Amino acid sequence: MTKISIIMFSGTADKLMPVGVLASAAAGLGYEVEIFATFWGLLALKKDAPQPDVSKDYGPMAEMFKKIMQEKNMPSFIDLLRQAKEIGNVKIYACAQTFDMMGLKKEDLVDIVDDVIGAMEYLEKSKDADINLFI
Amino acid sequence: MSEVKPDIVVDARGSYCPGPLMELIKAIKKAEVGQVIAVYSSDSGSKTDIPLWVEKAGHELIAVNDKGDYTEFLVRKKK
Repeated sequence: MTKISIIMFSGTADKLMPVGVLASAAAGLGYEVEIFATFWGLLALKKDAPQPDVSKDYGPMAEMFKKIMQEKNMPSFIDLLRQAKEIGNVKIYACAQTFDMMGLKKEDLVDIVDDVIGAMEYLEKSKDADINLFI
Repeated sequence: MSEVKPDIVVDARGSYCPGPLMELIKAIKKAEVGQVIAVYSSDSGSKTDIPLWVEKAGHELIAVNDKGDYTEFLVRKKK
């Protein structure tokens, strides 16, 4: 079976959206999907996380992108990940190091997170993936 | 060309990639084998993604109809 593994590192909307879109598309194709949420990507999965902003790297385009997303009522990356989980085999792991560093508890995270795992376990899980992405 | 009447209509217009495909997948899961599902999509990614998925998943793409500002995909559930 084809497998895709994504390290979800970034916490801005412009990078979280592609994670959601690719996870949904991969789930639709019947791929096994693994997501390792770390650093800003994990913080974006907190229940009380604010709506993610668009990265300032894109200057005035950032505001435009944000406005378009709102106007067109785009689903959030969490909705996309939830949808991916509904239709396929998608596992979302929280990075243990970030989890501990930020003093998080499992119940602080949205219910789409399956487990908290360390970097070694993630590497062992992802080494046989056909597609490996860092976003 | 003979008209195929869909059993289920999924109106995914206004939804973005991969939304329409996701709606189709959910509809196919619920449908019975042999039923025809029509998906309306205004997303340009659907034109490649829906036929690709239908083939991979082993269903039948009956027709792709250009309706101006959206595309209608007719899919028969095969298994």
